[in-house]
Amino acid sequence: MTADGLRTEIHQFIQKNFLFDDSKAIDDDQSLLASGIVDSTGILELISHLEGTYRLKFADSELVADNFDSVNRIIGFITPKLQA
Amino acid sequence: MCGIAGIVNLTERGETPSAGLLARMIGMIRHRGPDEYGMYRDGHAGLVHARLSIIDLASGQQPLANEDGSLWIIFNGEIFNYVELREELETLGHRFRTRSDTEVIVHAFEAWGEECFARFNGQWALALWDSRRRRLVLARDRVGVRPLYIRESGGTVWFASEVKAIFADPSVPRAVNIQALAQTFTYWASVAPLSFFEGIEELKPGSIRVYEAGGARRDTVYWYPKYPARDSDPSPMDVREATEALRTKLDEATRLRMVRADVPVGSYLSGGIDSSVTAWLGRQAKTGDFRTFSIRFDDAEFDETRFQRAMAATLDSRHEEYVVTRADIARVFPDVIWHTERPILRTAPAPMFLLSRLVRNAGIKAVLTGEGADEVLGGYDIFREAKIREFWSRQPASQCRPHLFDRLYPYLARSPKRAHGLAVEFWRQGLALAGKPGFSHDPRWRTTAMLKRFFRPEITSSLALRPMPDVLASLPLEFGSWDGLGQAQFLEVATLLSSYLISSQGDRMLMAHSVEGRFPFLDAGVMEFCNNLQPRYKIAGLNEKFLLKRMARGMIPAEIIDRQKQPYRAPDAISFVHPAAPSYVQDLLSEESVRNAGLFEPSAVCTLLSKLTERAQAMDQNENFSNTDNMALVGILSAQLVVRQFVHGSALHDGPPVRFTTMIDRTAEHTHREGQV
Repeated sequence: MTADGLRTEIHQFIQKNFLFDDSKAIDDDQSLLASGIVDSTGILELISHLEGTYRLKFADSELVADNFDSVNRIIGFITPKLQA
Repeated sequence: MCGIAGIVNLTERGETPSAGLLARMIGMIRHRGPDEYGMYRDGHAGLVHARLSIIDLASGQQPLANEDGSLWIIFNGEIFNYVELREELETLGHRFRTRSDTEVIVHAFEAWGEECFARFNGQWALALWDSRRRRLVLARDRVGVRPLYIRESGGTVWFASEVKAIFADPSVPRAVNIQALAQTFTYWASVAPLSFFEGIEELKPGSIRVYEAGGARRDTVYWYPKYPARDSDPSPMDVREATEALRTKLDEATRLRMVRADVPVGSYLSGGIDSSVTAWLGRQAKTGDFRTFSIRFDDAEFDETRFQRAMAATLDSRHEEYVVTRADIARVFPDVIWHTERPILRTAPAPMFLLSRLVRNAGIKAVLTGEGADEVLGGYDIFREAKIREFWSRQPASQCRPHLFDRLYPYLARSPKRAHGLAVEFWRQGLALAGKPGFSHDPRWRTTAMLKRFFRPEITSSLALRPMPDVLASLPLEFGSWDGLGQAQFLEVATLLSSYLISSQGDRMLMAHSVEGRFPFLDAGVMEFCNNLQPRYKIAGLNEKFLLKRMARGMIPAEIIDRQKQPYRAPDAISFVHPAAPSYVQDLLSEESVRNAGLFEPSAVCTLLSKLTERAQAMDQNENFSNTDNMALVGILSAQLVVRQFVHGSALHDGPPVRFTTMIDRTAEHTHREGQV
């Protein structure tokens, strides 16, 4: 998958599951928790989506906001794993 | 317990309220008082009353007047200290014709004017009509146990226990108040004086509204909860004295609620400490048969059967249970919303609707419940959560302080670290608000306000021009001087207790089946005493309701005192998205219905529904929807039901005509008087 493809897919997942609107978009650096886009259960939905779609497995210690709190953070965190 | 309604013309030459309309108004709320109906009419005013007879069965009919017939009352509720007030009034020379509490109100008002309300210990909503001065007085109990709605237009005032009675008048426009919609999707309910409907006000709890002839109006707040100033101790007591004092107060409050009734009083048992304590005290107050009632859940996650049965065995009561399923919740939900008359974000009222039916079928008209204990004695997680957040805010970099959340929410400690770091991030938001009003409720309000993303763009832009009233903008002046727990308690009472728990989940669900709830923890003396307690007697460390637990030892089974507090919840969105869900769900959430109602974005609702429907099939037993998704679905579905049932109105179902047993018609007298002038 291309880097752009990954970015688009994550945006679409967020739009469909948390914004419920394909026409609304968020900034790549916008904090998902601070801006109220996801609650703590919601972010677990996002994580299991990433694990399922990209066949990844995250360690418990990796599940911190630093890794998942924005589109850019997610991409920065999972890209090396996808290339590994 | 009863229902009241009325129309008053304050202009010189207003129309005489129509008897037919008044009858239809009271007919709409006949569930509140199916035993007897009464009407009073003169040239300016019409008052109607539906009675649930509990005190003075033989002679307590309403409307009722003072000795010379100039001051008339309709009254919904109970004044529990009416016997003591009556004695006091008799020494002042007042003479009584009945044994009812209603007559005591009339005399108390004559003796003390509006000051009388602060002397009442009870739960009420009432209207007093001074036909001579053409003055209308409306008043409501301290925390708003009993409801009262008002509409005024062109010199005419409509009022009623429920909005549907006002809507019985076809001339009254019916539309959603979108500021109330915004409040609902923030505070979990609209907050008085806003009602969910445009042009209809809810009288604020603890307040009085007076209309003078000609239409001038005046509001007076006679009570609101007050808390100790930070680091002060207004009632210094050691823990033993405080426990003893709490017991004395609560015992008296419960005793009054047991003996001031001419019918048997039963009790709810939730399985928690609060209702166990009030049931136990109630059991001691009166000899003979004692009936208890409980809701059980098909879903193990919500069920508390074991504790309910342990308490019933301790009481040796005649215990009845109703097992609630998801299908039950979906089935009764439209009826539930017919009674709440406003959207709700949780389904928890639905089981209470089924429970009151069980009580009514058992022939019981009044029950004790433990409602109010968490508010007055510090039981809620939101209070403890705020305490941890405040403590954490002093060292925001601390890694160990946020681990205190594990003590609060054991599921965090149980679940592998998975949820932990992320949940903590959630609470980190808003930490900087520490010390400012609203700090305690910020996480809840912020999470709930996320639901506003479902609003249609027109609603959002209209709210930008006319924002919803912010409860933080109308706080008492001294709010900032109270300690953190007191501030949190105040906000909890103002938003959740009055606007949701004792209304949507309380009065409305009980009265749907003509059952009166009685709440010892909301007794005037108990509230005053508890509000003044030092915070550490409410929450000691993180031990909630510390004083109540101490008091309850030896009274109720230890396993109920020592169990982890379980918030009362019911299956939420999951009740509506399974394949066997009733067809109204799909119908009301369809693009067309959502567009017609005009509140939410149809495509967003559609996406939500399909997301939850898919997830419901994929989820295993231990998974749940996110809190936000649960609230979104229940909130939107209930708002759609409100619009269908009340705004689009074809469904304003009106039963057979009401037959009045009390009919006072002074319209002719009035015309005659006017003729003489």
